[in-house]
Amino acid sequence: MGQNFRPEALIPAIGVVTDIRRDTPDVKTFRVVTPDGAKPFDHKPGQCAMLSVPGVGEAMFSITSSPTNTDYMEFSIKKCGCLTDWLHAMDVGQMITIRGPYGNGFPVDGAFVGQKLLFIAGGIGLAPLRSVINYVRHFRERYGEIDIVYGSRSMQDLVDYDEILGEWCEEDGIRVHLTIDREQEGWGGHVGFVPNYVKELDFVPDRTAIICGPPIMIKFTLASLEAMGFSREQVYTTMEMRMKCGIGKCGRCNIGQKYVCRYGPVFRFDALDALPEEYD
Amino acid sequence: MKCYPHSDLTALFEALSQTAPLYLPTESDNGAVYTKYAAGVTYSASSNTRLSPKSFFFPQTEDLVKFRREGKSVSVIDERTEPEDFILFGVRACDAKSIDVLDRVFLSAPADSYYAARRDHVILMTMACTRPAQTCFCHAFGIDASDPGGDIACYRTEDALYLDGCTERGQVLLDACGAILEDCSDDHAAVTEQKQLIRARTERLPLASLTTDGFGADALDVLFDRPEWETLSESCLGCGTCTFVCPTCQCYDIRDFDTGHGICRYRCWDSCMYSEFTKMSAGQPRTTQMQRFRQRFLHKLVYFPANNDGMFGCVGCGRCLAACPIAMNITKVMNMLGGKEES
Amino acid sequence: MQKVTQAQLVSRARQLLDDGTVSRVLGWRRGDFSYDVTPAVFSDTGALERDFVFDVFCCANLSKYLIREANNDSKGKTLIFLKPCDSYAFNALLTEHRFDREKVYAIGISCGGMMDVHTTNALSPDGITGAECEGDTLVLHTLYDGDRSYPLPDVLPERCRTCGHGHAADCDEWMACEKTEPDEHPARYSAVDTLETMTEEERFAFWQEAFSRCIRCNACRDVCPVCTCEKCVFDNPKSGLENKAAADLFEEQMFHIIRAYHVTGRCVDCGECSRVCPQRIPLHLLNRKMILDINRSWGAYTAGAEVGQRFPLVDYRTDDPEASVRADGRDDK
Repeated sequence: MGQNFRPEALIPAIGVVTDIRRDTPDVKTFRVVTPDGAKPFDHKPGQCAMLSVPGVGEAMFSITSSPTNTDYMEFSIKKCGCLTDWLHAMDVGQMITIRGPYGNGFPVDGAFVGQKLLFIAGGIGLAPLRSVINYVRHFRERYGEIDIVYGSRSMQDLVDYDEILGEWCEEDGIRVHLTIDREQEGWGGHVGFVPNYVKELDFVPDRTAIICGPPIMIKFTLASLEAMGFSREQVYTTMEMRMKCGIGKCGRCNIGQKYVCRYGPVFRFDALDALPEEYD
Repeated sequence: MKCYPHSDLTALFEALSQTAPLYLPTESDNGAVYTKYAAGVTYSASSNTRLSPKSFFFPQTEDLVKFRREGKSVSVIDERTEPEDFILFGVRACDAKSIDVLDRVFLSAPADSYYAARRDHVILMTMACTRPAQTCFCHAFGIDASDPGGDIACYRTEDALYLDGCTERGQVLLDACGAILEDCSDDHAAVTEQKQLIRARTERLPLASLTTDGFGADALDVLFDRPEWETLSESCLGCGTCTFVCPTCQCYDIRDFDTGHGICRYRCWDSCMYSEFTKMSAGQPRTTQMQRFRQRFLHKLVYFPANNDGMFGCVGCGRCLAACPIAMNITKVMNMLGGKEES
Repeated sequence: MQKVTQAQLVSRARQLLDDGTVSRVLGWRRGDFSYDVTPAVFSDTGALERDFVFDVFCCANLSKYLIREANNDSKGKTLIFLKPCDSYAFNALLTEHRFDREKVYAIGISCGGMMDVHTTNALSPDGITGAECEGDTLVLHTLYDGDRSYPLPDVLPERCRTCGHGHAADCDEWMACEKTEPDEHPARYSAVDTLETMTEEERFAFWQEAFSRCIRCNACRDVCPVCTCEKCVFDNPKSGLENKAAADLFEEQMFHIIRAYHVTGRCVDCGECSRVCPQRIPLHLLNRKMILDINRSWGAYTAGAEVGQRFPLVDYRTDDPEASVRADGRDDK
């Protein structure tokens, strides 16, 4: 607590990294708690947090763990810049700073309730969806059948592979469809890009789809879904934008009248259509 | 209304500065600038200040928080203190309105404590604009240069200054000035006459016919793909001049600085005109200067009103007209893209 | 010198567009107050006739736009009108291979000095609604004080009052002028002289005050015809100096001093940096000081005087007066 009585969103709290798990050659999952060992704050699936190493940088990351996990928070982070390089190099016990939660999150207690759900992820795009998937698994009875299509460059690049095989694949009412971009020794599953695989799987458009991945994958997957008869009102995605404040003030993530950090990052495609075409 | 019955404002400034630090426009080699009052400092009314008063609330650079990092440990050092009261004198109607625009951003939840603290401690003394400049177009945004608002609205005539306490805080300050101020009627003839003069002058300004027709919350679809954006932005240098002289531009960056004794996290003005503004590891939206140029103007003329009950993100102060290295500015944008839709 | 007129430029540009010699024309677009002209590209004769302006307010140096308009990907040639000072920037850019000469049609034009927005506005605090130049008389129309007249040579910005530029470019054509050698104006360094006669403390205070005004808008860099790095160190997030990061006054000084050193030997003294500074920092004086120092150390040198010249700071010769860089170690100074 500072000397000033005014609350300030930009001043972060301390987080302690209590576990670091290597998921893929360039993705690690970090477990974060407060110095007292508690979960930093409550959140909704799809919401984000600002993590920082003072002196290195601060950036927005989606919270990978489910809100139903009340002990800690997890972040699956791909190594792709100054701050993430640092995070990948640090050891357990390191303190970082954390503030949030930011963004709207997925409508898991609204529009998703009673729906069949189709999750489609590419690469690190599984990170934001993992929170939602584990949330709906926890409240399984609220939702219809679940399909998860997940693809990556190779077997080694599939994030959360152990959890997918050990838990998701074993659960009734959840069908997991994995694919990798190219043939690989030891891989007996599907080979091919996600949008094509989605087309092959030929889903009945009676469900809600959630896509997350690289922009190009989102674009073609949406086209595949639309070809199957999905309307844009049935499909959600989560956007990535550069952010600094996280509270809709610094102006960086402004697209049209929306600030992605506050009104996003989760958008239904018909809402994205209403924004100016500046990002695809 | 109160009257200070002299043309020399020194006694008033002395009285005001007894209550709190007083800042007022003064002349410099480089145009008018806000200066802290001290004996000998003279008020300049000749032209509006080169930079807007936004830096009093949202400085170009300010420290947010400090950190100490030792081994694996990190601590947060919050050195915020509550600022002292201060008085801003001579703020024109456009700049007074710009503070309302900034309030919409910084005071909306969650409020920015740095801005809010300074905002809570200012007493805004505005000045009716008797000689609006050729670059002025505040009227286009519904601002009345003769009714500048703030905590105390001032009207200066040849031999007196009339002070209208608009808020309780303003009234308290006027009362604190004591006997140097005389009571006078709220519809004093000199003030009424000045208001009429200002309105007449406003109507004769070169940009008098500029309107916001064709802009506003619903104008996105009509404006976004207009080919004129290419022409308007073709020689834009991509510098931040318009942004930084603008009283309402408030985009910022947050950065860390290693002081050698710890880490200082500070924020500084940033510009959507800069090529790196939206850059991230996975690419960026708005890769061309045209897109960045369009973003700045659509933000002021469409996005801001869409989010703020129709309030535009421009107050017509005209600073960008004088400052842009290539003489491109919002009035040229509005003239080329605006106007009533042909039916 | 006979002055070239707007009508002459428009007429010639029109011919060159019509006969296909060029596909577009770099020029100046009419503003709302006559002194607020904007650099522009004209590709049709209608726009040219309507909006092309050439008068005493066409101060902007257009050469830098050739990087965008005249490169490998450009279709057709671009017509550029070069004032004497612009011609040095033109040569400097060519020396550094920043545009393709084959894609340019250059016409050298005469110039009697150019007013800019700040210099014009400083003449009258009462809004200037319009202006024109009749002979050597500048007439300003003001909002509250009627028309005011000024002898142009007296009110020109410092860069024009001390202009000694010749016409350095190998133009394809000349209008009312010809290729000429520079002619050093006796007052060119007088402002630098004033700075040099100051004590160290005074000079430090002078620049300290000037740089304290900097708002880090980067206009000086962005307009500079020799600041053409594809990725400026001040825009590079990895440099630790990325654009607006002004943590303290030292950073402001660093920005301007690094910039001044970077353009040393390449600065063509066009004065655009000072012209565009919204905070009226006399940046060109830093560059002029560098030019003067180079001249003192290595003999008179004019950046941009010819294409292909070697800047003193990157040129090595066996007879270099600097002992430390000579093979025989002899000191000729």
